[in-house]
Amino acid sequence: MTILFAVFLLTMLVITAIAIVRTPDLFAAVMLLGIFSLLMAANFFVLDAADVALTEAAVGAGISTVLFLGALALTAARERSSLAPPRLALVVVLITAATVVYATFDKPALGDPNAPVHQHVAPWYLEQTPVLIGIPNVVTAVLGSFRGYDTLGEVFVVFAAAIGVLFVLSGDRPLSAVFRPKDAPSTGGLKHHLIPRIVGKLLIPFILLFGFYVQFHGEYGPGGGFQAGAIIAAAVILYAVLEGEDRALVALPEPVLKGLVAGGALLYTAVGLVCMLLGGNFLEYSVLSADAVFGQQLGIILIEAGVGVAVTGVLLCIFHAFAARDNPA
Amino acid sequence: MQILGLYNYWVFVALLMIGFYAVIAKDNLIKKLIGLSIFQAAVFLLYISMDKVEGGTAPIIQPGAVDQIYSNPLPQVLILTAIVVGISTTALGLAIVVRIKEAYDTIEESEAAAMDREA
Amino acid sequence: MSLAAQLPALQVVVPMLTAPLVAFLRLPNLAWAGTLAASAMAFAMAVSLTLTVLGGVSIDYAMGGWPAPFGIVLAIDAFSALLLLVVTGASTLALLAGKASLDREIAVDRQPLFFAGWLLVLAGLSGIVVTGDAFNIFVFMEISSLATYMLVAGGPDRRALTSVFKYLIMGTIGATFYLIGVGLIYMMTGTLNLADMADRIGAVEDVKPILVAAGFITMGLALKAAVFPLHAWLPNAYTYAPNIVTVFLAACSTKVALYVLLRFDFVVFQGNLAQHDLQFAGFLIPLALLGIVMGSIAAVFERNLKRLLAYSSVAQIGYILLGAGCVSLLGLTSGIVHMFNHALTKGALFLAVACLGMSLARLRVSDIAGVGRQMPWTMAAFVLAGLSLIGVPGTAGFISKWYLILAALEQGTLGLFMVAVIIGSSLLAVVYIWRIVETAYFGEREAGATVCAEAPLPILALTWAAALANLYFGLRPQLPVELATQAARALLGDAL
Repeated sequence: MTILFAVFLLTMLVITAIAIVRTPDLFAAVMLLGIFSLLMAANFFVLDAADVALTEAAVGAGISTVLFLGALALTAARERSSLAPPRLALVVVLITAATVVYATFDKPALGDPNAPVHQHVAPWYLEQTPVLIGIPNVVTAVLGSFRGYDTLGEVFVVFAAAIGVLFVLSGDRPLSAVFRPKDAPSTGGLKHHLIPRIVGKLLIPFILLFGFYVQFHGEYGPGGGFQAGAIIAAAVILYAVLEGEDRALVALPEPVLKGLVAGGALLYTAVGLVCMLLGGNFLEYSVLSADAVFGQQLGIILIEAGVGVAVTGVLLCIFHAFAARDNPA
Repeated sequence: MQILGLYNYWVFVALLMIGFYAVIAKDNLIKKLIGLSIFQAAVFLLYISMDKVEGGTAPIIQPGAVDQIYSNPLPQVLILTAIVVGISTTALGLAIVVRIKEAYDTIEESEAAAMDREA
Repeated sequence: MSLAAQLPALQVVVPMLTAPLVAFLRLPNLAWAGTLAASAMAFAMAVSLTLTVLGGVSIDYAMGGWPAPFGIVLAIDAFSALLLLVVTGASTLALLAGKASLDREIAVDRQPLFFAGWLLVLAGLSGIVVTGDAFNIFVFMEISSLATYMLVAGGPDRRALTSVFKYLIMGTIGATFYLIGVGLIYMMTGTLNLADMADRIGAVEDVKPILVAAGFITMGLALKAAVFPLHAWLPNAYTYAPNIVTVFLAACSTKVALYVLLRFDFVVFQGNLAQHDLQFAGFLIPLALLGIVMGSIAAVFERNLKRLLAYSSVAQIGYILLGAGCVSLLGLTSGIVHMFNHALTKGALFLAVACLGMSLARLRVSDIAGVGRQMPWTMAAFVLAGLSLIGVPGTAGFISKWYLILAALEQGTLGLFMVAVIIGSSLLAVVYIWRIVETAYFGEREAGATVCAEAPLPILALTWAAALANLYFGLRPQLPVELATQAARALLGDAL
């Protein structure tokens, strides 16, 4: 039964992808991309990757769609009628595909517990996480502690995106005008649309609550900083859409957002440095407390908080930067 | 299971092709970025297909559960990072496209390139 | 715990930590000072690590205290140390020299964001060079790439935007190819640590996915390193970026991608895949030769000063690959030493161009007619660095080409052809450098052209420092050659 469902999902993925590429209506393409992400998330869930499914749904289907729509509002709604499909591109793509298919011939079967990928490192993580770190979600343990350095890099990638977008979008206007052009009238949001406003406002507290739940529950179930940051940002974006960006900026003003962005990254790095000062290596949480296991848990909670804070700040900064730009006439 | 494994892989190849084609063949800058997203999503599928163990479940070790097979946690960690990297690249790319629209009044690559050549 | 033991981690953490600290400051000069301080500290750490490594010791550091292959381990040897010196040195030099140049091109209120981006490029490149984990390389590669896109987009001309978009697309394709390759290897070996992969690859029976993985990783890194014919993003990105950014990028960014290519290939693939050295040479040497020839020819016909030097960089990357493709001690040494020397040469050349940019708005070769009389010191520095580019004996460039020719001569008949290409391209370099020098000194300044004043002392002095460094390392090349030889030996040793 699951197999049938999985096959169905995979087929829909391909069909959606082809539709996205072929349609000249960019708005339709972006909406289909959202559906594509959701199907991908469902597929991840079928493959037992619960954390990844949550992230793909929140980030891919949620935030990515918002960003694309924000950019679409500022650019064009349709693709110009395309030229004849370039032959060279088709050839390159087919060669690449053939090479990758060639690699299929010897790959291990899906789900085979004796495949090399399930030996060596993975069983060690599964055995040692309860012993060394003491939290149920092994993915969070690997993400936060065993490979915490990668996650630090990831937070800085997100930080780079925020300062990159702010820098690029301040190319032709003063930096102070990137979030809110001076003398811009209040946009008012969806003031005249009663139903979305009422239903939306009912939803916002629940979304925020769910976001905080995902943040703090990341060690016990699917969740963690990235997903939580995306969900909380989505709640604020919903508020901005309903009431107008200026009201959202009153709720979370610009200095606060910038503080979140810098603060989250600094918190993560600071935890690592404190470990160094206490005698361990960088990000060695065991030294944070007399009980090594508790130290690990403390370290993971702190860095996940840093991640959640940074991601919320970044996504909101990027959203406001796009939303504040004037629509071309 | 065997068929599912192979099908997963073929879908990965198909999505890779579709996304890659969109990036290199399409003229519209936003379509290129969309294609890039699909291209990256295909790679996520490759990694996650690797993590499934037959009869396994998500790697969340409930206390007291014995003899439970778990799927592999490592590819999931890698893809969590890769998803975030992908969205960051998309965000920066979109900001650049907005500036290009304001500077060139077009988001078709060939038109912008023609304007560049005249300069 | 001693400071020395923590240096590998601090090398990356110090610039990374400074970035959020400077990003939202109000005073741009404070942001610049903070960035300079972090960069100088990173340089000092790189020097210290180099001194440790010169003794033949390689340094290992377990992030989070978890041993390999369960955690991420940093591994620093001579090759890493050489590149750390290049990256941190170029960053510090460009920052010291370039505040005035930057003020002309980037609005003051945006500069704190710019400097935060600069620090992220520094942290990203340092992170790639010190790590021993394949996926960690991907993460830091994307940190440095995203920040680089941002820096390049700061250029005042609107063509910076289209150039950086192309760079973004090609760079992300390259990174994704690399990710596919790493995924396929992980699928067959179950580990992400480079040294561990090398151990476990030998045990794999079905090599097809590994071969395909090698192909993807090579293609992806070739895109990032601007190997011909995947170099299309480089000329425009270098041309339209702010002048100081070009100094930093031309010195480092492609070299680090080549570092990853060589490290991955020699540690993981060579010696574990049958006939790989022949495949490697057979694939890279023709591309390297083509890159040298096409890059040099394009430079000869190019009218824009920065783009001319950018095409010359494509040719220089060809030299590095030609040396590496020989898969011999001399070959690898010549390639690696050229990473160091080319950083010096192009760094000095682009600094001289930045000096010119202080007075001139457009930088076509025709725009600098007669400038030699108005900016004598700048042009003299340019000439000196140009001699190093050509490879005149006594300059750093000569050392690289000498070793390269020696390595080529070991290759028999093909080697003679390679020597012919090297000498021919050096003659082409004479042509395009002479064209610039002739226009600058013997050209007539047009009636309405801008009157150029000599560049301000800070940037001029540092341009001269870079130019003189070319002379110094041409006459006393012991340090880079020693590091490069050790690095080559380590790479070949891993391949055994």
